[in-house]
Amino acid sequence: MSKLIRMDHTGHSTLAEWTPDDPVAVEAAIAAFRAELERGYLAMVSSGPGHAEHVRELPLDADLVIMRLPISGG
Amino acid sequence: MPTAEEILPEVAAVHWRARVDVAYLTHQGRLWTLTTVAHVVPFVGAATLLMWLQPLALPVALACVAHAWIIPELYAQRGANVLRPRSRPTQDSSDDDDASSAERRSVGLLGDLVGHDARALHARTGLVLEPGRLGRWIVGEAGAVLLHGRRAYCYCVKVDPRQPAAGALPSGDRIAHLLLALRCDEQGFATVANLSFAGARWRLRRRMRSEMRAALEAASSGLDSTSSADA
Repeated sequence: MSKLIRMDHTGHSTLAEWTPDDPVAVEAAIAAFRAELERGYLAMVSSGPGHAEHVRELPLDADLVIMRLPISGG
Repeated sequence: MPTAEEILPEVAAVHWRARVDVAYLTHQGRLWTLTTVAHVVPFVGAATLLMWLQPLALPVALACVAHAWIIPELYAQRGANVLRPRSRPTQDSSDDDDASSAERRSVGLLGDLVGHDARALHARTGLVLEPGRLGRWIVGEAGAVLLHGRRAYCYCVKVDPRQPAAGALPSGDRIAHLLLALRCDEQGFATVANLSFAGARWRLRRRMRSEMRAALEAASSGLDSTSSADA
C-alpha cells in the first residue's frame, strides 16, 4: 500500500493511500497530489539511503510520497 | 552536471548565486579566515603598540585585546545559533497535548527517514547527522552545519516563513524538510542557504550548547576517519 503524506502542524497527515491496481484510489491520490502542488507544496520521494528525489507527478510505484514546504535561507 | 529533476526547485529563487561546490567552499573558508585575521591583527597590533609607547595605556590596550577576542567569538556564536531550536510560544494544557502529539508524530516520521544511529543522536541532541558528498552535515530545525576539511560552515536555512503553514510545524518536521531538500540536491541546498559563519570546528564547538556538542563530535569523528582512510 502506497501512501501520500503531508508534513503539517499535526506532525503529518495521510492524504491518500493506494495500490496501483485500484484505479479509484489512484485517481483520488493523483487529485490529492495535484491539490497539494497547487497549494505550493513540493513532493519528495526517498530514492535509497541518503537520497531523495523531487517529483512533479505522483509516482504510483513509490511506497511513500512526502509533501513538504519550500525552504529558504534565513 | 545535475539534470533539472535533480536540482532543488528553491534554487530558482536565488538564481544569481553561484552553485556551491568544493572550490566555492574553499574560497569562502579562506575569505572567512582572512576576515578573522583582519579583525584580530589590528586590535592586537594596536594593543602592542600602545604598551610599547606608553605602559600607562594598559586599560586601552586591554580593551583592544578584548575586541580582538570578542569579535571572532561573536561570529562563531552566530554560527552556533543556526543549530539552536526555535523558541515555542507558551500554550494552555490542551494545546500542549496537541503539540506533544504532533511532536511525537513528526519525530516518528523523521526517524523513518534516518538510520538507527542518527535516531539515537537526534534523541540526545535534537540534531540529525547526514553524510554528504561535500562533507558531513549536522541538521537542526533552522539551519545546518557542514563539516568540510578542518572548517565548519554554518548555514541558516529553514522552512520558508512566508508559507502560512510554516509557523506551526513541529521540530521533527522542520528537520525533515531540510533533510529531504539536502538529500535531493546537496549543492543546491548549500546554495539556497545563507552562510552565517565559516571557521575552525573548535571555534564553533565552544559556542554550541553542551548537549549539542555530541553531534559535532560524531560528525567530526566520521569525517576524520574518512580523511584518514582516504590518506
